[in-house]
Amino acid sequence: MSHQDNLIAEDILAYLEAQRNKSYLRCLTCGSVDDGKSTLIGRLLFDSKMIYEDQLSALENDSKKSGTQGEKIDLALLVDGLAAEREQGITIDVAYRFFSTDKRKFIIADTPGHIQYTRNMATGASTADLAIILIDARRGVLDQTRRHSYIASLLGIRNIVVAVNKMDLVEFSQHKFNEIEEEYRGFAEKLDFKEIVCIPMSALDGDNVMNRSERCKWYKGKSLMEHLETVDISQEVTQTSFRMPVQWVNRPNLDFRGYSGTIAAGQVKPGDEIIVIPSGKRSVVDKIVIRDGDLYQAEVNESVTITLRDEIDISRGDIICSTDDPAEQSDQFQANIIWMDEEAMFPGRQYIMKINNQTVPATVTDLKYKVNVNNFAHEAGKSLALNEVGVCNLSLGKPIPFDSYKKNRHTGAFILIDRQTNATIGAGMLDYSLRRAANVVWQDLEVGKVERANLKHQKPAVLWFTGLSGSGKSTIAGLLEKKLFDIGRHTYVLDGDNVRHGLNKDLGFTDADRVENIRRVAETSRLMVEAGLMVMVSFISPFRSERQMARNLMEDGEFIEVFVNTPLDVAEQRDVKGLYKKAREGKIKNFTGIDSPYEAPENPDIVVDTVDKTPEKAVEQILAYLEENGYLSAS
Amino acid sequence: MSLTHLELLEAESIHIMREVAAECENPVMLYSIGKDSSVMLHLALKAFYPSKPPFPLLHVDTTWKFREMIEFRDNLAKTLGLELLVHINEDGVKEGVGPFTHGSAYHTDVMKTQALKQALSKYKFDAAFGGARRDEEKSRAKERIFSFRSAQHRWDPKNQRPELWNIYNTRISKGESMRVFPMSNWTELDIWQYIHLENIQIPSLYYAAKRPVVERDGMIIMVDDDRVPLEPGEEPVEKMVRFRTLGCYPLTGAVESEATTLPDIIQETLLTTSSERQGRAIDKDSAASMEKKKQEGYF
Repeated sequence: MSHQDNLIAEDILAYLEAQRNKSYLRCLTCGSVDDGKSTLIGRLLFDSKMIYEDQLSALENDSKKSGTQGEKIDLALLVDGLAAEREQGITIDVAYRFFSTDKRKFIIADTPGHIQYTRNMATGASTADLAIILIDARRGVLDQTRRHSYIASLLGIRNIVVAVNKMDLVEFSQHKFNEIEEEYRGFAEKLDFKEIVCIPMSALDGDNVMNRSERCKWYKGKSLMEHLETVDISQEVTQTSFRMPVQWVNRPNLDFRGYSGTIAAGQVKPGDEIIVIPSGKRSVVDKIVIRDGDLYQAEVNESVTITLRDEIDISRGDIICSTDDPAEQSDQFQANIIWMDEEAMFPGRQYIMKINNQTVPATVTDLKYKVNVNNFAHEAGKSLALNEVGVCNLSLGKPIPFDSYKKNRHTGAFILIDRQTNATIGAGMLDYSLRRAANVVWQDLEVGKVERANLKHQKPAVLWFTGLSGSGKSTIAGLLEKKLFDIGRHTYVLDGDNVRHGLNKDLGFTDADRVENIRRVAETSRLMVEAGLMVMVSFISPFRSERQMARNLMEDGEFIEVFVNTPLDVAEQRDVKGLYKKAREGKIKNFTGIDSPYEAPENPDIVVDTVDKTPEKAVEQILAYLEENGYLSAS
Repeated sequence: MSLTHLELLEAESIHIMREVAAECENPVMLYSIGKDSSVMLHLALKAFYPSKPPFPLLHVDTTWKFREMIEFRDNLAKTLGLELLVHINEDGVKEGVGPFTHGSAYHTDVMKTQALKQALSKYKFDAAFGGARRDEEKSRAKERIFSFRSAQHRWDPKNQRPELWNIYNTRISKGESMRVFPMSNWTELDIWQYIHLENIQIPSLYYAAKRPVVERDGMIIMVDDDRVPLEPGEEPVEKMVRFRTLGCYPLTGAVESEATTLPDIIQETLLTTSSERQGRAIDKDSAASMEKKKQEGYF
């Protein structure tokens, strides 16, 4: 670390003073190993003297052991961090690199370029203001160049550097470079970039990386570093009216109530009028409090605490906005989604969305189309697999405040989380609201669920029977209905086979159709519960997430999950309908238990064992549960 | 006018800390007394002002820390009125584990890694702040800011959650936990500049002074108490030295230095030609050693 050695040695205080006003640039590098991406980053670190002597000697050792550059130092080894990557010789995760010059501090997100790592590239792009896209001069613009550019554009990066690398291997041919630049600018017109700069370079030898190269005097532009040090990114946040999503309510004592958060756009001063979205309540900023004293003004990206003149109810997840052009609110959106999980996304399945410091249940109601990231073509599809990008409609559990991602990268971005595993499985960018949620009010019916249930003297609920085909679900549900009917209960049985002949006859047995099948049945059973009925749903319903989705539709206590637990070998032996035999012979595809998974419930309300128990005994067990839990007492 | 790089780093760290306070049930701040911990604590004081940070500090005491570190720690907690938890692996103490008798690897594993796991399990913390930075070491460059740990406190580098924008997924199941690194994007230079600008107090071991030292395997070791085994006839010598990192005194090499003020230290740090962690015995194994230790639960 020895940039500006002289000033450091002679006048450290002057040096520190100069350093404190440095600006900050976050960039993304994309390209495959073959394009020399790691070599370029290694070169930037090396040439900006961010490498210490001990690291250098370790690097020399490593280069001899596993380097790919013969006797030369392999700069790529500086940045290929994880052991697995060193063995395979590829970069598989996002790594962050730091270096600084006299003018700026840089963070580089180093991401892999292969198509199976789209999710990693999107991750790196989400916090970057500029993308460096590497092209091998010998190979020109490839599918992956278009893919990298598309993802950069999708994630809102407006400044692009096209690094045409390995120019040393094409004799620094101006003709070759011009050809590549022309082709790149041609297709990039379809994307949303503000500035594209193309630079011919050799990362291996350092040409046009820090300094302009002597080997291609025909190039009159800046070197990569000259460009990075001077590029203007102040226009990145286009939105100028103030908004701050509330992150934490600061309440040290009864006399102080502040709202802490990071400002997502604009600036704020004491005396400014504000409006809180979604509540619509208004007030005036009293103070901007930080530990060093009250501020006269604060601006985008600052983390502050604001107090208001009036005591109004504000919670985490609300957005405090300026009264002109405040954030919108909605519960129905169109959004771009990048899928990041091994298990595909299916419309109808419920996920957890985290956006603007709050989490809400979210369901993809429609996958409008998938985007081919290599040629930007729209393609039809029923699900989104790992690393696929699609435009979807989303429905949330409640209205949330937001801006479109194009307007604001902070308040229009979200992640999707799996309910069971808690993994981050998708990322998205809101386009626009499908309706103004404020205008859609639930029909306030004078006769409600409670009234209907009271008239019938019963407590409505869904008994959701899940289990393998042949486990005895329908037999038990049928017997149970008879018993309930006998004691004067209003009931209905929704049975897999019956519903598939009517309501769901348009659906097959693919994973996507199974999800939709269950969604419709769940919605139907919810309407029946609202009508005051005791509903028995008898469906294999093999996926935990769909059963969870059904549970979430109901109020607490309205959903009783009955696991009809029959081992596969027993069910297959029974094979009442001869289906297992056909499935084994390959005549039925996607048969649960054979070539499609069954996810047993983790915490079912009732477990019925049909190996040792007759259906009659099972019904007695369920009736006892209903009795104990008060479902039969209202009469 | 846009923010400087230090202002942006500070805002990011504060955002991360508030997110933990808002979403995690039982967070803790791992406080190791070094300069990075000092900056982290300073950021926490800023993040929640006028409230106090809504979590305790936890120091894993290996019983081999510099005596001055312990004094500094206790004073600071008292002055700021913060709750300080100190955890010592009593099994290790009974066994008599120490770096001189058991070697650095075993000592670090028992008194630091195992002790940390004990403490996290004992208090059932679901999130623990650490002061690690991505620029310190190659495997850290890829670690998330919110880094998931299994119920056994293990880190799985190949199965990390994607982390986009400043939206952090804090959801975990029972028994699992997060390590949270609010200063992931700071560099050593940023830390020193910030200490200088914000006038943050750090232990005087960082400043050069005459200290009694002996030489062991090319490292200058301070004789901080009478547990240093001396060769027959060996006498500690007084040297003007300081420390670039703070840890267990037998494992922390001193450097000869005349730097007695903060600008002197920064000047020396910037002009030096070896990286910060070099003074630590723990990194000297294979290139992937830190990654391996982290998988096992080392911070």
